[in-house]
Amino acid sequence: MSGFLTGSGTRLTGRRLAIVIAACVVACAALAVIAPLVGVATGRGGRALEFVSFDSPLVAVRWPRVLASLLVGGALSASGCALQGWLRNPLADPFTLGISSGSSLAAVLAIRIGLERVLGDWGIGLAALVGAVGTLLMVARLARIGRHLPPATVVLAGVTISMFCSAASVLIQYTSDFTDVSHMLAWMMGSLDSTRLVTVEYAAVPIGIALVLLVAYGRELNALAAGPDVAASLGVAVGRAQGAVFALASLLVGVAIALGGPIGFIGLIVPHTLRALIGPDHRALLPASIFGGAILLLVCDTLARTVIAPAHLPTGAVTAVLGGPFFVFILVRQKQRASLWGRA
Amino acid sequence: MGVWLQLSEVDVALGGRAVLRAITAQVDAGELVVIVGPNGAGKSTLVRTLAGLAEPSRGTVRTFGHDPAHADRRAVARDLAYLPQQYELAFPFIVEEVVLLGRYARQRGLGLATDEDLAAARAAMTACDVADLAQRRFDELSGGEARRVILAQALCQGARCLLLDEPTTGLDPVHARHVFELLRTQCDAGSAAVVVTHDLDLALRHGKTMWLVAGGTLVARGAPADVLASEETKRAFSLDIHVGTLPDGTRFAVPA
Repeated sequence: MSGFLTGSGTRLTGRRLAIVIAACVVACAALAVIAPLVGVATGRGGRALEFVSFDSPLVAVRWPRVLASLLVGGALSASGCALQGWLRNPLADPFTLGISSGSSLAAVLAIRIGLERVLGDWGIGLAALVGAVGTLLMVARLARIGRHLPPATVVLAGVTISMFCSAASVLIQYTSDFTDVSHMLAWMMGSLDSTRLVTVEYAAVPIGIALVLLVAYGRELNALAAGPDVAASLGVAVGRAQGAVFALASLLVGVAIALGGPIGFIGLIVPHTLRALIGPDHRALLPASIFGGAILLLVCDTLARTVIAPAHLPTGAVTAVLGGPFFVFILVRQKQRASLWGRA
Repeated sequence: MGVWLQLSEVDVALGGRAVLRAITAQVDAGELVVIVGPNGAGKSTLVRTLAGLAEPSRGTVRTFGHDPAHADRRAVARDLAYLPQQYELAFPFIVEEVVLLGRYARQRGLGLATDEDLAAARAAMTACDVADLAQRRFDELSGGEARRVILAQALCQGARCLLLDEPTTGLDPVHARHVFELLRTQCDAGSAAVVVTHDLDLALRHGKTMWLVAGGTLVARGAPADVLASEETKRAFSLDIHVGTLPDGTRFAVPA
């Protein structure tokens, strides 16, 4: 089993790909069915974990949140995997590239000017999406050299934009009243508390399309692991592939943040963990990351709404608390093999 | 037979600095061209220009009748395989996967390896003496082993012409000689190869044509023994190269 799953000493075959995807689908579906049945009841005996039946009205209430967890987790994880592959950088994720900070700034600005009063519940999500796309365009504009988007300049531009956006967010908070600031902080911690079914339905279309298109770039990402020159000489239209991966990953991140706020760590730890388990081939890694991210966020969100019930924890805080130590564990295990990404 | 690669009055500038000037040369079917010259002469840029990875600021490049910098990359890759001087793989792929990357231009869809792909990969790995490393992680190989693996990747591409930038760097003498013998065999069978090398002895023994590049220009071109013995070579390296003959008739070249 270990040889099969670790990918070490095993090239990707159709059978192996089918088993990996089938295992992911089964695990994801099982959790998606169980998660809305779990909650916390407060009775005479204090608080206790409670399982409700399928026909309970609570299931209908929790269902949008479960779907949102799956979509946001899958989108963040797949975009992290693709960005790491494209940039050949283990630290690349939506946060490194400034997309999260950009959309947070837009959301904070939207709260400050009261966009919710004009556009209703959609206001902040829409602002976050516009912020993500705007940041993407700015990073691409800053990083572009001729017809190319060199990874190093993209990361540099992303980090610069990220710092600027974070500073601007702080300034806006500093000049806002207490109610707005608490609203901003709650949003910036990332949460799926107030997700409605209609919002999830709207988000599912762009996320679904972008995920399918992104998975189709698995072979190109494999070739790009050897650098753009080698990829081009192998036959990859490098500029087109890089542009598509960048745009799709950014769209996924934008919609995911619009839905759940800036939830961290998913895009970093899921691809890393899966790479250690099933190997680096993006044809299997990308689909596995989608399901892995969906599962992790669903577990974290279920914990977020149960551990201190009836109050809810911000989902982003749970992913960080669980994800950080787990990532350290993976790093230590990899270091024992002498290298994570290459020679030590 | 015929002219496969052609450079006409080609200038290449990188970052505003002229790296190649007025290069005119051609590579015919079956030809093994060895490019020699001092460090920084422009040899790698010349090979990258032939591969379509560097664009000329003046002049024209034609590979199999097309401009490689603007042609469909998949079509170029079926004719030309390029091995760069430095090769860094970002993820821990196994050797077999690295070699199979060479099949990209011949695959469609998911690109899962077919029997034909696997046969090509096996043949390339055997030719480069890395078949027993097939299941090892690429990032755990020695420098010489890794070099042979990426040469196998280039061979696995099944291209008519190989563009190799210092393919024998880090190889022991036996494997270095084996690489040149392999290229010679391939060229005798109708392929062509352009090889940048600092091993003047192997270049003399196996090259059919030698290009001497110095200061961004092609200063000499011809039979390897003639080029190595020329005044241009002495000036380019600030060194005499002694070309001699062993008792068995084999030519050799050493710095005098």
